[in-house]
Amino acid sequence: MKETSHLRTENLTVSYGGAEALKNINVEIPEKQITAIIGPSGCGKSTLLKSFNRLLEENDGVKISGRVLVDGADIYSDSEDITCIRKKMGLLSQRPYPLPMSIYDNIAFGPRIHGMKKKAGLDRLVEKYLSLAGLWDEVKDRLNEPASRLSIGQQQRLCLARGLAVEPEIILADEPTSALDPKSSQKIEEEFKKLKSDYTIIIVTHILRQARRLADYVLFIYLGELIEHGPSRQIFESPREQVTREYIQGVIS
Amino acid sequence: MTSRKKIEELFFKCLMVLSLLAVMGSLVLIIGTVIYKGAGSMSLDMITSTPEGGYYLGKKGGILNAIAGSLILTGIATVAAIALALPLALYINLYRARRSRFAEMVRLSMDFLWGIPSIVYGAFGFSVMIFLGIRASLLGGIIAVTLLIIPIMARAIDEAVSLVPRELLDSSYSLGATRFEAAFKIVVRQCLPGIVSAVLIAFGRGIGDAASVLFTAGFSDRIPLSLSEPAATLPLAIFFQLGTPFPEVRDRAYASALILTVIILALSITARVLASRFNRHIIK
Amino acid sequence: MAGKRSIRDARAGRLMFFMTSACALIVVFMAAGLLIKSFPVLRANSPAQILFSDSWSPLKGEFGMLAFIAGTVWVTGLSALIAMPVSLFSAIYLSEYAPSWLRKISRPFMDVLAGIPSVVFGVWGILIIVPLVRDCIAPFFGVYSSGYSILAASIVLAVMVFPIIIQITIEVFHSIPGELRDASLSLGATKWQTIKLVLLRKALPGIIAANVLGFSRAFGETMAVLMVAGNIPAIPHSPLDAGYPLPALIANNYGEMLSIPLYDSALMLAALVLFLIVIMFNLLSRYILSRINLRAA
Repeated sequence: MKETSHLRTENLTVSYGGAEALKNINVEIPEKQITAIIGPSGCGKSTLLKSFNRLLEENDGVKISGRVLVDGADIYSDSEDITCIRKKMGLLSQRPYPLPMSIYDNIAFGPRIHGMKKKAGLDRLVEKYLSLAGLWDEVKDRLNEPASRLSIGQQQRLCLARGLAVEPEIILADEPTSALDPKSSQKIEEEFKKLKSDYTIIIVTHILRQARRLADYVLFIYLGELIEHGPSRQIFESPREQVTREYIQGVIS
Repeated sequence: MTSRKKIEELFFKCLMVLSLLAVMGSLVLIIGTVIYKGAGSMSLDMITSTPEGGYYLGKKGGILNAIAGSLILTGIATVAAIALALPLALYINLYRARRSRFAEMVRLSMDFLWGIPSIVYGAFGFSVMIFLGIRASLLGGIIAVTLLIIPIMARAIDEAVSLVPRELLDSSYSLGATRFEAAFKIVVRQCLPGIVSAVLIAFGRGIGDAASVLFTAGFSDRIPLSLSEPAATLPLAIFFQLGTPFPEVRDRAYASALILTVIILALSITARVLASRFNRHIIK
Repeated sequence: MAGKRSIRDARAGRLMFFMTSACALIVVFMAAGLLIKSFPVLRANSPAQILFSDSWSPLKGEFGMLAFIAGTVWVTGLSALIAMPVSLFSAIYLSEYAPSWLRKISRPFMDVLAGIPSVVFGVWGILIIVPLVRDCIAPFFGVYSSGYSILAASIVLAVMVFPIIIQITIEVFHSIPGELRDASLSLGATKWQTIKLVLLRKALPGIIAANVLGFSRAFGETMAVLMVAGNIPAIPHSPLDAGYPLPALIANNYGEMLSIPLYDSALMLAALVLFLIVIMFNLLSRYILSRINLRAA
């Protein structure tokens, strides 16, 4: 199994008001695969994910040290334009948060702020990305309705399409199915499998079966430390560490 | 034993109901009094004409000057206050960490301002005007009322903005939006109901306040056409008409109070209707 | 590497920082302005003279404010005495006993009451409360009163602060976890016992803070008081006497008698006193509220 890394962390340490949430994380995330970050809740999975697109620094009292390299460039260096870094990465959060505007504008928002003004071009993008997220057929007749009228499963796919529309290379997903019913979750998972041929996908999940179903590569985080990482099969079938085994067997959760 | 407990509870419950009746009753009584006394001397002239010669002696005319003056003065002051309070609320919530020391200092300052009596705004505004060489005028009134309603608006908008879910901000930033774009394209829309009600509350407070315009806006029988002219305002029109010894003029004061009350009630109803109308885009 | 949008963002940030700071500094400018303006009268009269003498004759350069301070204390204190129990009982009823429809309509009710301009309160006071005091209350005690009195002002003020105190008190009651009620009720306490022994104790700091905020509002209220308090510059001896609170003093005289030396400085001093006391009230209620938050956490 030979892969190139897309995103890499070096000695990444994050602390909230003095308490260390992530300790010295060194990891490489493979390109165009699905990487799952697993671990018990409160152990720093989401923190790690949010450190990848510099959303962490929007919170109060956060200190970050170490480096996060995307395509070899340190995203925490001062010379980087933060909006360009974030544009490279689409985020899907636990609950869908559509922007307070119509379905059409939700998708068009990203392209518009990045300079796309032409109606025809936007129309094409909206259709393309809604189709890619598997939502086009359901909403094509009501693009001007407020996004808040969609079901929660549809909203999550809308958020996926909205993220894709800024043409990211990496998709960050923070427990993207935790607020959804089984049917909608399945749809999202299917989308992920389709998307991984073009995107690097990083997904935080506390559902082990979901990680097993989706992931090619797995990171196990426990109490702020990266315990181990490796190809999915290896982590699930022959973990090296005792804690990992206990977590996978359900002794700790 | 049990019955004593019951009697005690019943006694206090009666007190509570009586208290609530007193509170609600006084509101009904206030509105009722104003309508009863005001309707009697209400006429079309009151709202369509300005005072004519000898108006304050009981001759013909109306208080259009004060209605227009109040609306113009408070309207401009409200716009000025939005222009300051909205960026303030967005800044302390988006550009600064929500609970940062700077944000908390700004909130503290707004809390202080909110509590300061309007007469102090009036007195302070007046000395600022002397300092700047402005005479009692529409502009002076606007300055005082703007200062008066900035804290009201800032606190209310801050409250609405601080309720915006963290994830919505994260989503907008993830799309590559700058803070400025997130603030004015996403947050403002998300908070529109809150902002609208903040504006209406502030407008209501501004149009009803007399003490802040008492020395700053002056009074005039004409509708103000420029910032440097003195402007009549409704609360002061009521106050001055009540101060005359002529029953006809005092009756008109009641009618003016009715007009002011109707404006305030209309604002409050509008706020409710609009708030529910603007909710359609909001994810709770 | 920074794009055009990032530059615009940074520029907007700086502008907004400037605007925000300017707004936040208004309170400082106000304090400074009032202080500077009231300096001359403080130099001519000692603070003790101003605070504890009741000889108010600006033409002679005497600015004893005791009568006005006494008027303010009387009016605020008496209105507190009326408003406190009534608001507390109403709030308890609304948060613990009232059927939901009543709760639902009471909120807009309070909002409307809170929004009525003080001039309209004044008109109401003149039309209803002043005659009530003159024709019913004063004769009942066998005294003559014009009706324009401390009592009338206090009643009007009490009604004005009802909604402020009631709304905050209700919020305080709502912040008490339901488990506490359940625990007390399941020990066999009646609802009233639960309120009296558990909830009131728990809510006490919040209730105090609510009242402090209410009175700081009453304290600075100008127009309504000015219209019904009578405005006689003498120390009042009973609630049925006329009073002349500080805000009314400023409102009645400012801007007119600026030709008298030190007069405007004295009035600015009165404004400064109002300013400082209101800020003290505010800090006090903040302190109390922050202590509850700490305990709840």
